[in-house]
Amino acid sequence: MLLEGKRLLITGVLTDSSIAFSVARLAQEQGATIVLTGFGRSLSLTNRIAKRLPSSPPVIELDVTSEEDLELLPKRLREHVDGVDGILHAIGFAPAAALGQGVLETSWEDAGTALHVSTWSYPALARAALPLLAPGSSYVGLDFDARVAWPAYDWMGVAKAGLESANRYLARDLGAHGVRSNLVAAGPLKTMAAKAIPGFHQFEDAWAQRAPLGWDVNDPEPTAKACVALMSDWFPKTTGQIVYVDGGFSAVGV
Amino acid sequence: MTLTQTDVLTGLAEVLDEVSGVPADKVVREATFENDLEVDSLTMVEVVVACEERFGVRIPDEALENLRTVGDAIDYIAAAGVPA
Ligand SMILES: NC(=O)c1ccc[n+]([C@@H]2O[C@H](COP(=O)([O-])OP(=O)(O)OC[C@H]3O[C@@H](n4cnc5c(N)ncnc54)[C@H](O)[C@@H]3O)[C@@H](O)[C@H]2O)c1
Repeated sequence: MLLEGKRLLITGVLTDSSIAFSVARLAQEQGATIVLTGFGRSLSLTNRIAKRLPSSPPVIELDVTSEEDLELLPKRLREHVDGVDGILHAIGFAPAAALGQGVLETSWEDAGTALHVSTWSYPALARAALPLLAPGSSYVGLDFDARVAWPAYDWMGVAKAGLESANRYLARDLGAHGVRSNLVAAGPLKTMAAKAIPGFHQFEDAWAQRAPLGWDVNDPEPTAKACVALMSDWFPKTTGQIVYVDGGFSAVGV
Repeated sequence: MTLTQTDVLTGLAEVLDEVSGVPADKVVREATFENDLEVDSLTMVEVVVACEERFGVRIPDEALENLRTVGDAIDYIAAAGVPA
């Protein structure tokens, strides 16, 4: 088993279509002990969904925009595990006004919210969990290819570009702790987050036409497998990188 | 044994109360989730998950799109359901 004996913190489980739900399921199947996080009004939903996993994991509260939650994270984690060997960051959010209106039309308040939740939170979560992170552990975040501009993705795209950069800086700063940081850039998947993107079908159609390996928007498992692989001991010298799990979409021109 | 409309109505009212604090007397066939019961999309997802567990049914996204009123949900669950 790839994750035998590993203790993982998995954020971002909201529904059973969440990318993080597939990661959590595979991680348990691969021998990991996991702790989930949920936040605010959706905490109770995360609690219900957690019961659909092979074995029902604890759920702790974590709103990445709350300094208090970040500060309390080590204490809340220690109630369930004595250390952490891997973290999945599967957190993204942009207000409706930051999606599909064009980047010229968005207020700082709305753009700032997108950046706070989706970009700033990546290093912030690492900082919060650092006291528990064992040497050799792995931090994995979820990305959507930010090298180009997409329809409707707008400030979420800008936030992902920042995430890609934050990942490289984090790799630099976590190296001394023996901790790796990498992103998995997934193709489009039908999750709650995706429902917020107007014209999501454009992504679906483009992937259907162009991805050399084909792409199923209802199947997060290929993406989850890459996350599990990066959290295993089989990428010991890989950090600051982006792994594209997009059916090959980004490798071809048309 | 199949689910009767009354079984589903009673169960759905309990789920709505538990998830969103909706008073049972507001849960009538004609009530719309969004406007009459003020159930937003996130809460509706939780209502669906709770109903799936309670009634042992699957309510996929495509079906959810058509569930506007309490009556729509009752009909769908009663048609799909066996007691969990
Ligand atoms: N769905 C796609 O097409 C796609 C593609 C590439 C990357 N991603 C990324 O994958 C990640 C997971 O998204 P998903 O598609 O599984 O959708 P999802 O809606 O299931 O998950 C998004 C998660 O973010 C969490 N979240 C939002 N605000 C938060 C906050 N303030 N504090 C803590 N958690 C918060 C939500 O609780 C939810 O669990 C996101 O970073 C998303 O951008 C998604």
